[in-house]
Amino acid sequence: MSDFNTNDTLIDLFLFETSQLLEQLEQVILSTDSNNYYSEEDINEVFRIMHTIKGSSAMMSYRSIFDISHAVEDLFSYIRNNNPKQDYCSSLNDLILNCIDFIKIELEKISGRKNVDGDSAELVERIKAFLDDLKNNKFIRLDGNDETINIFKAVVCFEDGCQMENIRAFSVVYNLYDIITEIIYYPSDIIENDESAEVIRKEGFTTCFKTYKSQDEIYEHLIKTLFVKELQLTKIDEETFEYLKNNFQNNQSEENLDEDNDISREEEIVSLIDSDKSQFYNELSNEEKEKPKNETHISTTVQNIISVSVEKLDKLMDLVGELVIAEAMVLQNPDLDGLKLDNFQKSASQLSKITNELQNLVMSVRMVPLSATFHRMQRIVRDMSKKLNKDVHLEIVGEETEVDKNIIEHITDPLMHLVRNAVDHGIETPEERELMGKSKEGKLILEAKNVGNDVHIIVKDDGKGIDKKKVLEKAKENGLIDSFENMSDEEIYRLILMPGFSTKDSVTEYSGRGVGMDVVANNIEAIGGKISIESEENHGTQITLKIPLTLAIIDGMNLKVGKSTFTIPTLSIKESFRANKQDIITDPNGNEMIMVRGQCYPVLRLHEYFDVETGVTDFSDGIMIMVSQETKTVCVFADRLLGKQQVVVKSLPQYIKRFNNVKSISGCTLLGDGSISLILDVASIINDKN
Amino acid sequence: MGDMIVDVMDEDTQKGRYLIFSIDNDNYGIEIQFVVEIIGIQTITPISGLPEYVRGIINLRGKIIPVIDVRLRFKKAFKEYNERTCIIIVDINGINVGLIVDSVSEVVRINEEDISELPNINQKSQNIFVKNIGKIGNEVRLLLDCAKLLSEEYMESLNEIV
Repeated sequence: MSDFNTNDTLIDLFLFETSQLLEQLEQVILSTDSNNYYSEEDINEVFRIMHTIKGSSAMMSYRSIFDISHAVEDLFSYIRNNNPKQDYCSSLNDLILNCIDFIKIELEKISGRKNVDGDSAELVERIKAFLDDLKNNKFIRLDGNDETINIFKAVVCFEDGCQMENIRAFSVVYNLYDIITEIIYYPSDIIENDESAEVIRKEGFTTCFKTYKSQDEIYEHLIKTLFVKELQLTKIDEETFEYLKNNFQNNQSEENLDEDNDISREEEIVSLIDSDKSQFYNELSNEEKEKPKNETHISTTVQNIISVSVEKLDKLMDLVGELVIAEAMVLQNPDLDGLKLDNFQKSASQLSKITNELQNLVMSVRMVPLSATFHRMQRIVRDMSKKLNKDVHLEIVGEETEVDKNIIEHITDPLMHLVRNAVDHGIETPEERELMGKSKEGKLILEAKNVGNDVHIIVKDDGKGIDKKKVLEKAKENGLIDSFENMSDEEIYRLILMPGFSTKDSVTEYSGRGVGMDVVANNIEAIGGKISIESEENHGTQITLKIPLTLAIIDGMNLKVGKSTFTIPTLSIKESFRANKQDIITDPNGNEMIMVRGQCYPVLRLHEYFDVETGVTDFSDGIMIMVSQETKTVCVFADRLLGKQQVVVKSLPQYIKRFNNVKSISGCTLLGDGSISLILDVASIINDKN
Repeated sequence: MGDMIVDVMDEDTQKGRYLIFSIDNDNYGIEIQFVVEIIGIQTITPISGLPEYVRGIINLRGKIIPVIDVRLRFKKAFKEYNERTCIIIVDINGINVGLIVDSVSEVVRINEEDISELPNINQKSQNIFVKNIGKIGNEVRLLLDCAKLLSEEYMESLNEIV
């Protein structure tokens, strides 16, 4: 279809644009999925995106994409103009997501410069059929009374001594927010003014609102609120509503209310966590619904952003790294030794400042928020929960956390595995959950936060947790361990990271083959990250990925062995010390060990390990560095320490990496004098030693 | 020996031009299009676990480049580096590698008609890295196949021969 001879840049541009649009589209669809409702904005957004895709695919003469986008555009044009009052949302979403998948596959083909040969006819037929159904009112809503607006007045009294009445009142308002069209309440300053709690305590909390729902439904809805002692719900007419509106001296329009919500939401959530989970949960789902929408709008309006190829950024990063090294070479030049150079030092410190700033800037440019990666998980959760008949709600926290671009690439797959595992293994079916006394809907939290120099990414579910017994049995069965006495919980959980491990009895489409968790572990370790697992039976599992902010610059300790210099990431160093001869033990096989505070650690002589000539072979002449990775520890013997330094990590040349015998070197770095230091891969050193 | 950078030349002017270097008494030529630059011998950082002919890595203005000792690659005895020893930085299919040679002499043009196939005799003692033979007047230059220098597969065939 694309025998049309377009040049490559045009194709790249098309690919870039279209895949971005699809991502936006997916987000819109998924946000409506949780609402089960298309707002006017959503419809316009979908329409706009499809229109753009249609236009550009027509220009590039990708027929199949054009056909689909055209059909979807038609469909949404009908929805936009007729606004059918029908319950079409869920089935429509399935259809649109199918279309997105189809176009994505086609894009994949285009980027591989293959023939775009996907057959769109079937999907187009389905879209048309859907449109017909819509026109024939096939998706009539079950509750027929949604045409009439009811106005209610509710007076809520809270239980004595429940505290923070104003916050509870706010949660009443917040819970109503989805099902009402207009709301007023008294006291009106429940958020800003803590005094209002007193008023509510005395007079109760009065609110009036307009809604499509019936009195019974509203009553049901409100009575669920925590600590409600008394609830009066009366129907009022428009006039009374207006009268009360003035009476409440409520100057807050709905928009204002919205803003207030935004500001106070954070505190709100925190204060509600202990009070009630379902409540807390409602709050967040509301927040969720609003967030993706806002985001898509931001991304379409902000114009002063340019996209740069990562390759260029990598080069820039390299250059800055070189600059830092060159600077050190100039400033620490041996020719300057012993000279008194006041002006030179002044200018030099100026230069250092600038290079430092430049370095920070370049690093920050490479930082990207995790939101795109996180939102991709939403789709996975949706698809899986539909297929597995589970009710799972994904909650995303801290998506704005930024990490280095390279790292994002490394964690996408592991995250996907973890999310899949959580939905498949962790969260139970709604029936099981009810039996356990949990809410029907499983909760999956995906959270990111900065902790020191690390980013923690947490995947947490409230499912059935890890069955320790099962894990141990399975591990024994697969010959991963011999005995399981004296194993700590942490160690038991770590077993699931071993290759070939799966407790799932049957293999499903998503997980159970026992590959996966070890892939996760490998990927995370490859970027210098760590995994920790916590679990409580029947309460859920929490897996935390601790990942360095960036791969490009690390804190390292330089050591000398003979003529060679090595660097060990400071993160993995526990301590360094001079060994006493009497602490050294040699077993009959010649393996050396050292006793430190009653603990015995294997000793690794770097000069032997890396085959370096050195005069320092006696333990009392050199230095011991205790390094650890996870639970294992090894003492490394070197000639002497050179000092701590921030080093720019460079990978070994591809040509060198090809030789499989190169062991335990994760990269190299340049020192101030221009010489090369090899960065030790602590994990593989430790593995070698054990 | 000072650094001497070979100018980037047009494809046309590069064609048929060879950089001549010597190992022992033999003169070898490599196509100039592969050559990035020539530098004097540098501090080499050894990495354990590599074949003997890969001496390690060097820092070339911030770039990390592996270096191969061509003598060792040809299975000749190791010779201490001196002030005449050179590293020829080559770029072969995007891979930058330094070739350590005894010395570099000149850049010459060898016309196509002066280049002949290797005589197909006595295969066993033949140096498999030599692709063609070029004549300059009465002298002979052995023209190398750069890609073969880098690829590991030829290691084995070389072992068999030796």
